[in-house]
Amino acid sequence: MRHALMVGLAAALAAAPWLTASAQTEDEVNAEFEKFRAVLEQDNPAELWEVKGEQLWKTPRGPKKASLEKCDLGLGPGVVKGAYAQMPRYFADVDRVMDAEARIVHCMITLQGYQYADLAKAPFSSATRTPDPVSIVTYVAAQSEGMKFAPPQSHPKEREAYALGKEIFNFRGGPWDFACASCHGLEGKKRIRTQLLPNFADPATAIAAVQAWPGYRMTGGVMHSLQWRLTDCFRQQRLPKPDYTSETLSLLMTYLTVNASGQTYKGPGIKR
Amino acid sequence: MADPMKIRATLQGDVADVRVLMAHPMETGQRKQAGKVVPLHFIQTITATLNGKQVFAADISQAISRNPVFAFKVKGAKAGDKIAITWKDNTGDTRSDETTVRGDS
Amino acid sequence: MIQTRRTITLGLVAALGAVLLNPVRALAAWNDGAFKARSTMDGMKALGISNPQDSSDIVIRAPEIAENGAVVPIDVTSNIPGTTSISVFIEKNPFPYTGSFEFAAGAVPFVHLRAKVGESTPVRVVVAAGGKFYTAAKDVKVTIGGCGG
Repeated sequence: MRHALMVGLAAALAAAPWLTASAQTEDEVNAEFEKFRAVLEQDNPAELWEVKGEQLWKTPRGPKKASLEKCDLGLGPGVVKGAYAQMPRYFADVDRVMDAEARIVHCMITLQGYQYADLAKAPFSSATRTPDPVSIVTYVAAQSEGMKFAPPQSHPKEREAYALGKEIFNFRGGPWDFACASCHGLEGKKRIRTQLLPNFADPATAIAAVQAWPGYRMTGGVMHSLQWRLTDCFRQQRLPKPDYTSETLSLLMTYLTVNASGQTYKGPGIKR
Repeated sequence: MADPMKIRATLQGDVADVRVLMAHPMETGQRKQAGKVVPLHFIQTITATLNGKQVFAADISQAISRNPVFAFKVKGAKAGDKIAITWKDNTGDTRSDETTVRGDS
Repeated sequence: MIQTRRTITLGLVAALGAVLLNPVRALAAWNDGAFKARSTMDGMKALGISNPQDSSDIVIRAPEIAENGAVVPIDVTSNIPGTTSISVFIEKNPFPYTGSFEFAAGAVPFVHLRAKVGESTPVRVVVAAGGKFYTAAKDVKVTIGGCGG
């Protein structure tokens, strides 16, 4: 009786195609997702913020009623083309390495008279509001579309930023003992549900950390930059929240962007 | 007035490939923000003209994605022709923008 | 509001007459009954779509798997001669009727749209051409995805 049952069971299992046929592999699903994003990127709502950001850059605003056209993003006052792909970088006037959004906020404070406290109060997009620095960094980033990432490592503080950024990336802490590397580190391909987690420590795949940011996030239909994304990583790791445009984030961005050096930036993208 | 659309019209032979990106929340009336339901707010109708003559029209629902993107094609267009697009939403708000058809690059 | 069948029929005849006499569509013609329909069948009925024939001349392109159901790109091309409109129904959405696209004066019967798709579902399309209706459908899978960027 038991033998017949076993034979019957074996036959049933052999006949069930869903057990023997391979389910879609991770790579196949990921390839589908990339095709999906490529279609959406052809007409990317991010372009609406590029337009808005350009207006904000060129319009005299703030207590000083000045535009941002004298803002130095590292290539000289007012030079926007190519600047994003060459950041983060060292700025002598503040004696620190800054990423693009940190630099834009600095210019909004020094050239236009805005207050850091006001800009840091609600710095991330919601369904009904996109903060000005987010629109502006989207515009600035779009002016580096098609260019290779080339954050400089010539100044000692830029090299130090890379080393510190690497330490931050690997630093395990918080109640779950997480580091960025826990999800995005050297231990091979990882996944959360259907999302593949690229290895950001490996130059071959580090581009995934900086490509498509600033990005129009389909979830919620909002424009987000790396300031938002990295801050959210800290939250997901249950680590303390970094201050908006703090040095910590510039250091981390230096590590990630230098790892992606030489690869082409495709401009503001689409994110899940 | 609502935020501007981004319209691109490029010629492929004698067919103008028109792509439009609209800025609109397209709220379904199902979403909550800060504990309160965000009311239904969405584009209902769209019309498009080529040199003033209507070529394309649409009635759409709140199921169309936020910041809608549409593409359509118009035969018999020439470089320099005007494409004008108008949308109207359920609150009566409306927006019109236009662009010129660009020749093959 | 309960309407008699006669009133509805007269209403449809009047609407059809208006369309035939005045091809430029009135912006006020938004079909509330169709958009509030809870099923594809009811939506089609409200639009006056009857006996749609399956057609392989309708090409629907949509992703096999959409990473995010909030923005699903759908391309519809009708190769049926005399196509005047394309209507889209996302069958498993709470209100399946998603929209109608009308073509006149040289517009090619093609449309690219992006829709919210609540769950994996067939996307059904109805084409009106020469006074008749044709239909085709394509399955779209939707995932939620993980916690990443």
